Amino acid sequence: MKFVKHYLNYTVIGAFTIIFAILSLTGNLSASYAYLFEKVAISIILAVSLGLVVGFLGELSLGHASFMCVGAYLGGKVAQVIADAMGISGSDNFLILILSLVIGAACAALCGFVIGLPALRLRGDYLAIVTLAFGEIVRVIFTNAESFGGAQGMGTPRFDRKYLFVIGFLLVLVTLAVIQNLLRSKHGRAITAIRDNEIAAKATGINVTKYKLVVFTLSSAFAGIAGVLYSYANFNIQPSKFGYNYSIEILVMVVLGGMGSINGSIIAAALITYLNTKLPLILTGDLAVLQNLFYALILIALVIYNNAPALKGFREKYNLKNFWNKIFKPKHDPSKIRDDAARWDVVPTKIEMNEVLSTDIVIDNMGDNSADIGERGGNK
Amino acid sequence: MNFITNLIGGLSLGGIYAMIALGYTMVYGIAKMLNFAHGDIIMVGGYTILVFTARSVHPIIAIILSVIFCVALGISVEKVAYKPLRGSSPLAVLITAIGVSYLLQSLAQMIFGSGTKMVQGLDLGSFSIGSLKIGVSTVVTLIACFMVMIALNLFVKYTRIGRAMVAVSEDKGAAQLMGINVNFIIMITFAIGSALAALAGTFYLMRSPSMYSTFGSLPGIKAFAAAVIGGIGSIPGAMLGGILLGVVEVFAGASVLGPYTDAIEFAILIVILLVKPTGFLGKKRREKV
Repeated sequence: MKFVKHYLNYTVIGAFTIIFAILSLTGNLSASYAYLFEKVAISIILAVSLGLVVGFLGELSLGHASFMCVGAYLGGKVAQVIADAMGISGSDNFLILILSLVIGAACAALCGFVIGLPALRLRGDYLAIVTLAFGEIVRVIFTNAESFGGAQGMGTPRFDRKYLFVIGFLLVLVTLAVIQNLLRSKHGRAITAIRDNEIAAKATGINVTKYKLVVFTLSSAFAGIAGVLYSYANFNIQPSKFGYNYSIEILVMVVLGGMGSINGSIIAAALITYLNTKLPLILTGDLAVLQNLFYALILIALVIYNNAPALKGFREKYNLKNFWNKIFKPKHDPSKIRDDAARWDVVPTKIEMNEVLSTDIVIDNMGDNSADIGERGGNK
Repeated sequence: MNFITNLIGGLSLGGIYAMIALGYTMVYGIAKMLNFAHGDIIMVGGYTILVFTARSVHPIIAIILSVIFCVALGISVEKVAYKPLRGSSPLAVLITAIGVSYLLQSLAQMIFGSGTKMVQGLDLGSFSIGSLKIGVSTVVTLIACFMVMIALNLFVKYTRIGRAMVAVSEDKGAAQLMGINVNFIIMITFAIGSALAALAGTFYLMRSPSMYSTFGSLPGIKAFAAAVIGGIGSIPGAMLGGILLGVVEVFAGASVLGPYTDAIEFAILIVILLVKPTGFLGKKRREKV
């Protein structure tokens, strides 16, 4: 059970990557699907990293796409400059890709730090406001900066589509490894403690501002990585692509997947990215807006359903977990004693005391008892 | 001369921002939530005016109808989307508000299409004093905004409902014990905020008569910044912040920094939060367990 709980998502994503990498290398994967997988990988990185801030830290960021924008522009630009200086082509060069990923992540993280510094010291919804403002600032700056191509957008280095989605999914695994291990560590407990009750967390000695700042910076860094991937997956990047709507779309993924659930975010990100590619084929022209309408309704309905105090009883009675347990978990049978059940005819505390004290003095009848306890795993 | 034109323009734009910011700040003070959908109420007001003026209804009547429609919309949004979440986490309310904003934008885009539409009949012409050429709408906006603000201040200070609003924003529980109907007060707050948003939308349309589905977003976000700069929750603060931002916008727009105007305004917000997190006139609230 522990394996399933902890490593299932790595296994599934790893297996998926290997299968499709083989398909791609043997030339059996069409370019449109490779592009779709690239987009899925980008969305997963974005959703998981935003989920860290929204679902686990309990702060709202409305500028995730703008951090992505910073990563895409600066990472792409620096990679291009370095490639030009070395006299090599920036495309299809693995080293340049790694370099731009690192630079993109660093730039986005720096922005996250600078933005988080004023906002995260304060209690309340200031992060939402400041990230919103940051989004506008980024949009204005990149639209007007001629060296970045202005509103027309900037051409970006390319990478062979056969391999790019594999790299994307490897980065997803890296993201998962970092974020999941962070959350399972002592620091992760601190982060969720801040979400649940900031004052109580502060009282137990957690440095709230430091944790918030670290988490937000980390999340921005991953947004920057996603941005670099985005710049490699598309021919050019424009500031208008990374607008408010994109940030909201990422938020929809997080909310749809369930706040505070990494696997949920992954599934929702893949699902919404797939729908985003397929729905425009069905909903053409004026109907295209139905998609946004749909997302808005999902967002409102899910949040009200999951949080409304009046619906608490209903939620507890009818939820996916109960439904799952009803089908897959056998009913409790009182006649069957579970292996790990405590036995009350012997008093286990005495044995534990013995073990803890590890004294050499063993009282005779105690020895019998401990032998008895040792066998209780057997079928009696 | 240019300076005076800019100053008048800035003050009138600031007045518009202040009116929108009042909606944000009152809702924040009383319901303790950021109403992200406020900017889209402005947009709905604008479209209402568009619909009625296109059917050659007199502009004044169109404005009144738009105010009524926005008030109804504001109240129903509050009842449907925000009221069920009262008492749950602030994050949930915030996300719902964003959902509502997104919903209104999508609906507007669905009904009116994504193109830009021009609103007729709001152009009041201009007059000149010496070499100074001033739009009538600028002056009307300026006067109307200041009148609205004075009226609002008097309302909050001297009427029963206004005092009740202050009481609810100070301490909701105690206000309830004193026999104030908190739900009713919150409803009234949303109604006033929406009415102000509709008026602000009208004045904004007088400046530039083009209507589109994200019409309210940018003024909404800027007014929001204004509310935070002035100190969120404080009514004079919202006025001060709005006017400051309006003046900055007009002067920056007229200078070399023109294209970066929006970035400058939001940079001011970030700097203010860094230096004085409560804003100019905001009160520091003590945290309680």
